[in-house]
Amino acid sequence: MRIMNILTAIKDHITVQEATDFVQTPECGGVAVFVGTVRNQTRGKKVHRLFFECYTPMALLEMEKIAQYTRETMGIHKIAILHVSGEKLPGDTVVVIAAAAPHRGAAFTACQYAIDTLKETVPIWKKEYFEDGEVWVAAHP
Amino acid sequence: MRILLFGIAKDIAGAPVIELETPVQQVAALREHLYNRYPRLRELRSCMIAVNKVYAGDNEALQPGDEIAVIPPVSGG
Repeated sequence: MRIMNILTAIKDHITVQEATDFVQTPECGGVAVFVGTVRNQTRGKKVHRLFFECYTPMALLEMEKIAQYTRETMGIHKIAILHVSGEKLPGDTVVVIAAAAPHRGAAFTACQYAIDTLKETVPIWKKEYFEDGEVWVAAHP
Repeated sequence: MRILLFGIAKDIAGAPVIELETPVQQVAALREHLYNRYPRLRELRSCMIAVNKVYAGDNEALQPGDEIAVIPPVSGG
C-alpha cells in the first residue's frame, strides 16, 4: 500500500534499499532504519528455518495505522514498513522499517515505536522449525 | 457464519476456515463457543477476535456477512 509519505508491504522478499529509497527526501536530514533478520538459534536450540503466516489485509491496515500514528505524532515526514511472508532461512531479512525526519531524534523514535508496536498488534505469526520439531512463537504463556 | 483462523489457532481447529451452524450475536459468545469446541484455544496467551479486519471487544455485535477472524498471539518481526 502506497499512500503519500507511507509505504507498507507484505511480500516474499524485501530489501533495505526499497525502504530507504522510498523515505529519502531532500528536506529530511535523518533516516533511521531497523532491519530484522532470522536468528539461527532460540534459547540454545538451532533454528533451521522460519515460516511467516499473515492475515495480509488486516496486517496491512495495522501497519498503516502505525505509520499514520508516527507521522501525526513524532515529527517524521516519511515511513516505510515492510514485512515478509512465507518460508525464510537464518540470515534472511524479514522486516524493514525506515523513517525519515528533518533531524535524527524523531527518526529513531518513530523507528523504535513502529517495530515495537508491529510486534504487538500486526497479525503475523512466526513458526520456528528445529531439528526435533516446530513451534508457533509466543503462542503459549 | 464463517470464521477465519490463523497460526496456532488454525492448527488447533485443523482448518483455516470453520462454519458455525448457529450464528452467535456477540464476540464474547463466539469466543465461548470456540473455547468449548476447541479447548486448547484456552491454553493460548491470548485469543483475540477481529471483525472486518479490526480488533473487536467482547461486547461487539456480530452481523451476518462480517469477516470474522481468530487472532492468536502475534509474533511478527
